[in-house]
Amino acid sequence: MKNALEIKNLKKSFGDLEVIKDLSLIAKQGDVICIIGASGSGKSTLLRCINLLETPDSGEVLVNGELLKMKRNKNGKLNPIDQNQVDRIRSKLSMVFQDFNLWSHMTVLQNVIEAPIHVQKIDKNEARKNGLLLLEKVGISEKENQYPSSLSGGQQQRAAIARALAMNPDVMLFDEPTSSLDPELVGEVLKVMKSLAEEGRTMIIVTHEMGFAKEVSTKTIFLDQGRIEEQGTPNDLFNNPQSSRLKQFLATNL
Amino acid sequence: MNYELMIDTFPKLLGGSYITIQLVTISLFIGFCLAIGLALLRLSNNYFLNFFAKTYVFYFRGTPLLVQIFLIYYGIAQFEVVRESLAWIFFKEAYWCGILALTLNTCAYSSEIIRGGIQSVPFGQIESARSTGMSRFLLYRRIILPIAFRQALPAYGNEMILMVKATSLVSTITIMDITGIARLVIAKTFSPVEIFIAAGLIYLTINFIITRLISYCEFKLTPYLQKSE
Repeated sequence: MKNALEIKNLKKSFGDLEVIKDLSLIAKQGDVICIIGASGSGKSTLLRCINLLETPDSGEVLVNGELLKMKRNKNGKLNPIDQNQVDRIRSKLSMVFQDFNLWSHMTVLQNVIEAPIHVQKIDKNEARKNGLLLLEKVGISEKENQYPSSLSGGQQQRAAIARALAMNPDVMLFDEPTSSLDPELVGEVLKVMKSLAEEGRTMIIVTHEMGFAKEVSTKTIFLDQGRIEEQGTPNDLFNNPQSSRLKQFLATNL
Repeated sequence: MNYELMIDTFPKLLGGSYITIQLVTISLFIGFCLAIGLALLRLSNNYFLNFFAKTYVFYFRGTPLLVQIFLIYYGIAQFEVVRESLAWIFFKEAYWCGILALTLNTCAYSSEIIRGGIQSVPFGQIESARSTGMSRFLLYRRIILPIAFRQALPAYGNEMILMVKATSLVSTITIMDITGIARLVIAKTFSPVEIFIAAGLIYLTINFIITRLISYCEFKLTPYLQKSE
């Protein structure tokens, strides 16, 4: 079976700051990989490099075995060769953002069906029908005609998850999906994510919710200063951490 | 106050409002389309495109509309090349010269309004659109421009109203708009107060309608920005 996602020797710097240092990662189909680590350890940047919201300095990204073609231009920066390929691969990698980033001028349902209709060219009625099902699935079907600004943070994030699901992605990327939520709203979002994990969706989740990572992930990765410091089953990492870095991190974060 | 004269002149002035509305509609429409392009040039990373847009806006915002109208109407006609070319069909008409000046002028202002709108689109919403695999064109068509226009609507409404009033300047190059007719009648009757009050009322009415139209658009297009009652 092809790997859903493979990252090889990824490097990324911002100016002099090396954020990702030679990082490789494989996600098989159905894997739920939680990436934990202190802020500034490169978690979000890693996720953003996968769908080229940030362009890596070097390294390879393969989605379903397909290599994202990039080449080095004159000033040494890596650049995608074929923007169509980037767009096509992005449509297979849905991303859920920390700040939801729902489109403010569209209702919840319009948000969900926008990309399926205009990017994937799915029939309007079908997209609508599917969209309504997804809203029901994330538990906000009564909000279909409301605008994002009238929803609570938790509802907005669930709408954003429905929007990501509507693309029927191969891999879902979650960038700290509960970090800007009030504590009492975190649970409803995690519940939805958990149900997705149980369905066998391939997910890569950057999170600060240790309990969630422990319970849901098939593989946990501890990122420290742009490197994978430790990885393994959640049981290994949380109950039997090897590196002093991870021990220290868990001591302050559990 | 000669009310009879006011009432008698009113229908004449109303006839002029036909020209005024034409001038406004045509120049706003073309000006707006060009302004989108100009705003995109202004936001481009290309130094020359950016410089062109900046310079254009600088000159057309920095000089009086009246001067622009005179330069186009009296200035261009001085060149024999123009008078002998096909373009003369266009430039010999005061009407088209007026429209050209108004269009170029509103284009400069509108492009800055649209640029402000585009720049106020939250970056996160652009990123989430890119992450779904939208092409650049689709991103602009479905996300950036719709949000930008909604943000720019109040400021653009202002520009529309300013344009209605700005059309009165073309009466100086023989165009018989509301002001043009008013001045003609005043020349015959020597009663500027009555006539200009009547003319002012017509401008006020046109702008009242535009104000209502803009409020309606805001109500329809940006329900999420309305204060909830």
